[in-house]
Amino acid sequence: MDENSEFEPNIVAFVCNWCTYAGADLTGTSRLKYATNVKIVRFPCTGRIDFMLLLKAFAGGADGIIVSGCHPNDCHYTSGNFHARRRWMALHNLLELVGIDVRRVRYSWVSAAEGAKWADLVNSTVADIRRFGPYTEYQNVAKQLEMEDSHE
Amino acid sequence: MNKIAEKAVALLQEGHTLVLGYEEGDRAPRPFFCRQAEEAQHLVLDERCTANLAVYLTKPELMGKGRVAVFAITSSLRAIAQLTAENQLQLENLTILTLTAEQEIKTFATLEEIRSYLSEVPYELSDTEKALDEKLSAMTREERWKYWINEFSRCIKCYACRAACPMCYCTRCITEVNRPQWISPWPSPLPNMEWQINRVMHLVGRCIGCGACGRACPVGIPVDYLSKKMLQDLSEEFGYVPGQAMQDGNALSTFKPDDKENFIH
Repeated sequence: MDENSEFEPNIVAFVCNWCTYAGADLTGTSRLKYATNVKIVRFPCTGRIDFMLLLKAFAGGADGIIVSGCHPNDCHYTSGNFHARRRWMALHNLLELVGIDVRRVRYSWVSAAEGAKWADLVNSTVADIRRFGPYTEYQNVAKQLEMEDSHE
Repeated sequence: MNKIAEKAVALLQEGHTLVLGYEEGDRAPRPFFCRQAEEAQHLVLDERCTANLAVYLTKPELMGKGRVAVFAITSSLRAIAQLTAENQLQLENLTILTLTAEQEIKTFATLEEIRSYLSEVPYELSDTEKALDEKLSAMTREERWKYWINEFSRCIKCYACRAACPMCYCTRCITEVNRPQWISPWPSPLPNMEWQINRVMHLVGRCIGCGACGRACPVGIPVDYLSKKMLQDLSEEFGYVPGQAMQDGNALSTFKPDDKENFIH
């Protein structure tokens, strides 16, 4: 889309400390270049990533979200990612029901050894979101709240 | 005196301090707290009774210290089974009764008895719910978003959906948490939606599909559709049947190593 050629997507990544954060670190130390649109938020575990954080990211202007952690059976806390996966299944379904654009939420498993996979994940997410354009649909509703806030 | 009233009098004489049931209201039967034998004649129980009485059972200020009997309809039984599995009710302190399809009064002593009774009453969506489901399923994602934001924009944040829900028993709800303030306390479309997403997410694998939230909504937002639809969509995946609370924990507090992950890249 032409009007989006200048559009730089705003991506928030919620990642776990033990795998994906270390993986993203490896991407850097391996000197792999990847899109700079991503803001990484580090969590102790994917099990700690509350669904409200995703909604707040959208409300705060994110056009896309990455949620990533250890592969199944690799969780530092044994089962955090298994619990997270169940929650994502439910959340994914619910977001779809209320009409939130679930294509903008990307779930992934990236281990501490997968620096290249992290670069790929970010690059492909940025490319996708660039194609979808800014998430104005959600941001407009969020702006309404901000306006009310300023009247307080 | 009808059969229900006679039974209630007997229960009160046996030492129950409260019999929970229904009495005639303006339009339909409404919940009734019967504490005296003279009041028992007001009690009714039929298919017009829809309120889920289980919501009162987790409120000690209403139940008091004595023994309580409750005339439960099917959805109340489902709620009682789920609440018991979540350690919110002690069945030894309760007398649970229902009216069977044969119009007989049946008393339940254990959770297993309730479960086996419920296993013969399949959970189904009503015709109006099926119609709404068809309408929404036929919409594109953008249309669905417009539909729900428009619905949620009418929400007045009264939290009647929360108050009516037998499964919403937290003493401190996330809406009362203000550090950080997850959900703005005043009504506005976005936080209204965020509240509903919270409510439904907290009910995943716990909702028994009684529809009390939707009936309680004073502005008529079909909030019950969301949790019922989730129930339907995920029951196969999670193996959850309303009223048959999972033995090894609720859907979101347990997992299978081979849970579906076709949406994870």
